[in-house]
Amino acid sequence: MPEPAVPPSAAPRPVAVAPAAPANPAARAVIEIDDVDFNYGAARALHDITLNIPERQVTAFIGPSGCGKSTLLRCLNRMNDLIDGARVSAGQIRIDGVDINDPRVDIIELRKRVGMVFQKSNPFPKSIYENITYGLRIQGQKSKARLDEVVERSLRGAALWDEVKDRLHESALGMSGGQQQRLCIARAIAVEPEIILMDEPCSALDPIATAKVEELIHELKKQFTIVIVTHNMQQAARCSDRTAFFYLGKLVEYADTRTIFMNPANPQTEAYVSGRFG
Amino acid sequence: MKPATTAQAIYGRPTSAKRIETGVFWLLRLCTYFVLLCAAFIFWDIGTKGGAVIFKSSAPFINVPFLTEAPETLNVFDYQGGKRTMGDRAFRQFKAEHEAELKGVPVETYVYSAGGIFPNIAGTVLLVLGSMLIALVLGVLSAIYLSEYATDGPFIRFLRLAIINLAGVPSIVFGLFGFGLFVIAFDFGVSLLAGWLTLAFMVLPVIITASEEALKAVPKGYREASLALGATKLQTIRNNVLPYALPGILTSSVLAIARVAGETAPMMFTAAFVMRDELPWQVQRWTEFVFQGVMALPYHIYVVASKIPQNEYTRDVQYGTAFVFLFTVAAIAMTAVILRQRLRKKYKW
Repeated sequence: MPEPAVPPSAAPRPVAVAPAAPANPAARAVIEIDDVDFNYGAARALHDITLNIPERQVTAFIGPSGCGKSTLLRCLNRMNDLIDGARVSAGQIRIDGVDINDPRVDIIELRKRVGMVFQKSNPFPKSIYENITYGLRIQGQKSKARLDEVVERSLRGAALWDEVKDRLHESALGMSGGQQQRLCIARAIAVEPEIILMDEPCSALDPIATAKVEELIHELKKQFTIVIVTHNMQQAARCSDRTAFFYLGKLVEYADTRTIFMNPANPQTEAYVSGRFG
Repeated sequence: MKPATTAQAIYGRPTSAKRIETGVFWLLRLCTYFVLLCAAFIFWDIGTKGGAVIFKSSAPFINVPFLTEAPETLNVFDYQGGKRTMGDRAFRQFKAEHEAELKGVPVETYVYSAGGIFPNIAGTVLLVLGSMLIALVLGVLSAIYLSEYATDGPFIRFLRLAIINLAGVPSIVFGLFGFGLFVIAFDFGVSLLAGWLTLAFMVLPVIITASEEALKAVPKGYREASLALGATKLQTIRNNVLPYALPGILTSSVLAIARVAGETAPMMFTAAFVMRDELPWQVQRWTEFVFQGVMALPYHIYVVASKIPQNEYTRDVQYGTAFVFLFTVAAIAMTAVILRQRLRKKYKW
């Protein structure tokens, strides 16, 4: 989505910052990222990242393309394992106190607890019902009643139930782009994760579909810890409680979203959120 | 010379570049049409001459004995001032009834020119189904390993090179290899099993390469989504990669079917008999099923085309067999195509 052009000289634009109550700083940190370096082969993509992500809040990662925010996100459910030579080369990532890169960690269990929604909506070319139940079926859940219940609960949770309840057995690819992305969210929450990672979930959606997904994120944070990567700064401002700004593989600033957008400590952050670069 | 006006520039004049352009265009077009011409000629020749053997102008419109009986020797003799032609069994009966009249009458015999080609059809179908089953299982499993599990390195590169080289081995060499290994060393004899394995190895490179391409064409997003939901790699491949790759894999098998059905050399070394009285399912015990040789259409074509004289009496079996062979291959291939169509509809992406 194109950013509105801002004249370079303009003062920081006032942005609507959503959280009514300021983020609770005492919230328990579910994800602790400690001095993490990350390498793609010999190339270092992340330098010495340290941040704690609080429970049941929305944390946004922002920064220009190539700054490492998606890489960090994909470290959290070890999606980077799929890439040859990609590895956390130093430091620790702990979820609920457990180092997720420990060889004893079962990656399947990790991914059940840390769900993910991708940039490009990727529903399976199967029915809506089969999409939602996929995660449970591979865990061996066969009870029709249980699956039906999960389908309804997940679709309601993703604010999609009323739109699709009459065509659950039709192909998911017949849905609109925004519906497909919300279906992917429903599919992720069907396996009852604690954490949901969202990698630019709205970058391919129109403003109305984006608004629906953002509303949904607001609802979801009552139950889930959400980490969202976004290119859209208004989105970060609207729907996150805390924001981390990355630049060239380094964490520049991490604070309450309100602070990042209204009163950033770092001049680079200020330049980025006011649209002067990036 | 610079054109004085725009109109002059646009209208242009013939130049050598334009003449070459037109010439090359026609050359390319004619080359393509030439291929079409060759294909059309083959199908027209076999279609008309073979079709005349198979299809009849009166009910039941199809030459049923040709499709349901075994080959017999054709006897040609003079009888009551005219030429009579008869298959072996009919001739023996006729001879017993008219012994006196036939004494001293010269009888010409042409092997395989009477009766039908049913055992050959059955043998070909069995050979194709068995070898395709083996080739698909081995080929798809190898392709899954290469595409989903193997990490690129010198060994895997060597493996790929070996697969590509295997595709270049002439079929007669595969035949000799199968003969040496399966028929002699493993002591399978000339048998369905030896033929299946030899033909399967022959098409394996095509199936592996095409299956790997088909697997790679499945969008990465499906794999990621499945893994992110806590699926294992195997569950992901089983549920969300292989099903979407199947249409592509079947496309490659259509080509492979034509090859295993038609490669005569490996077949005659490993599986085909010139003549066999029993049908494949007339075996003493079921365990013997895979260790029996069969008759096969392409080998039969080779025999009737090169080992017996060519005249009006042998023509029918020659063209008829070729026609039925083309039809059989087309029918098996069509089955694969229809299967692919249905899969495509089911997993549309």
